[in-house]
Amino acid sequence: MSSTPHRVPEADSRNTATIGKAVRIVGQIYTKEDLNVDGDVEGTIESSDNKVTIGTTGRVQASVKAREVVIFGQVQGNVEAANKVDIRREAKLVGDITTARISIEDGALFKGSIDIRKPEPKPAVPGADTPAKPTPSAASSGSPASSAPAGTPVNR
Amino acid sequence: MLLQEKFRSIFNRGSETPVPARAPSLPSPGLSFLKPARKDATSTRQSRGLEQFFFNLHGQVGLSILDLAGASQQNIDFLTSLGHKIYSANVLHSMQECFGSDPSGQTNPGRIEYFLRSNFDYPPATFDGVLMWDSMQFMSQALLNATVERLADIMRPQSYLLAFFTVNDKVQEVASYSFRIQDNKTLLVTELGMRSTGHVFNNRSLEKLFGKFESVKFFLTRENLREVIVRR
Repeated sequence: MSSTPHRVPEADSRNTATIGKAVRIVGQIYTKEDLNVDGDVEGTIESSDNKVTIGTTGRVQASVKAREVVIFGQVQGNVEAANKVDIRREAKLVGDITTARISIEDGALFKGSIDIRKPEPKPAVPGADTPAKPTPSAASSGSPASSAPAGTPVNR
Repeated sequence: MLLQEKFRSIFNRGSETPVPARAPSLPSPGLSFLKPARKDATSTRQSRGLEQFFFNLHGQVGLSILDLAGASQQNIDFLTSLGHKIYSANVLHSMQECFGSDPSGQTNPGRIEYFLRSNFDYPPATFDGVLMWDSMQFMSQALLNATVERLADIMRPQSYLLAFFTVNDKVQEVASYSFRIQDNKTLLVTELGMRSTGHVFNNRSLEKLFGKFESVKFFLTRENLREVIVRR
């Protein structure tokens, strides 16, 4: 039996770049791995297939584009995430969001617009000509705002 | 259904249902200037005004809705599920930043302009609906007039605004609430704390305030609220 101590692989940190607390970057950041921002960034951040996390000490004045964006700190700029934007309680975001899904905790400060864009369905495989299933008509699906209010105005 | 549950459901059919189990989320740290809220400060209630607001938007998608109570998961989920784009700002927090907690500070024209730029800096005719909730009743007359004028500018013709005003004219402080949309006529309402109100609102003063708008409808509620739907 070997006496060599077992080493735990540092899986997370190995695939994640970090901009430290004391670092300030002005310019464009493009990365092919996950990115943690704990310092200041001014410009653009792009990590299309990965996750960008703005830490509690992170201050970003930049547009952010990623697969997933998690915000604990402060962001001023537009955020675009193919998958999800996650805004945590202490976060402050001023800018417009475009994403498929959004999660925002109570207490977070957000000013801007939210545009939910579901990912487009993958194109059908050529040659597989299965007939399309009939979709239920829009009229039959109950919309939350489909009924007229029962009350009448009290006064005019 | 158990007998006990059946009785409970019968007696809870009123317009206001206490929600003790799922405790309200804490008020935003940015709203710490408000006087503390009651302990049992969360309830659900029916809102005719909200129902009318969504009835007016029914059958349309891709509308631009401005929610001025600060971003909340429920409101985002509900509005985006209807296919609309939501714009969010927290007017109460912004009022505190611009004017402090003293309503008399709300008369400075420079500060009013800064407040309008911070919250309503949009091109003309941008919005199809505006959810003001109860924030207008905490504005001074000068701030209120300027805000309504700006709203008239950024709302599209025939769009709608929903606002709540306290009916009781003998109080100088009224509770401020967060409003979470549960469905097209139900709100989860959480008291955030007490705040000074600038003035008394009655039907006549509200009609005068929204004089530039096409119509004003009022709904009185059991909670001493006047829910107002204004058509641009």
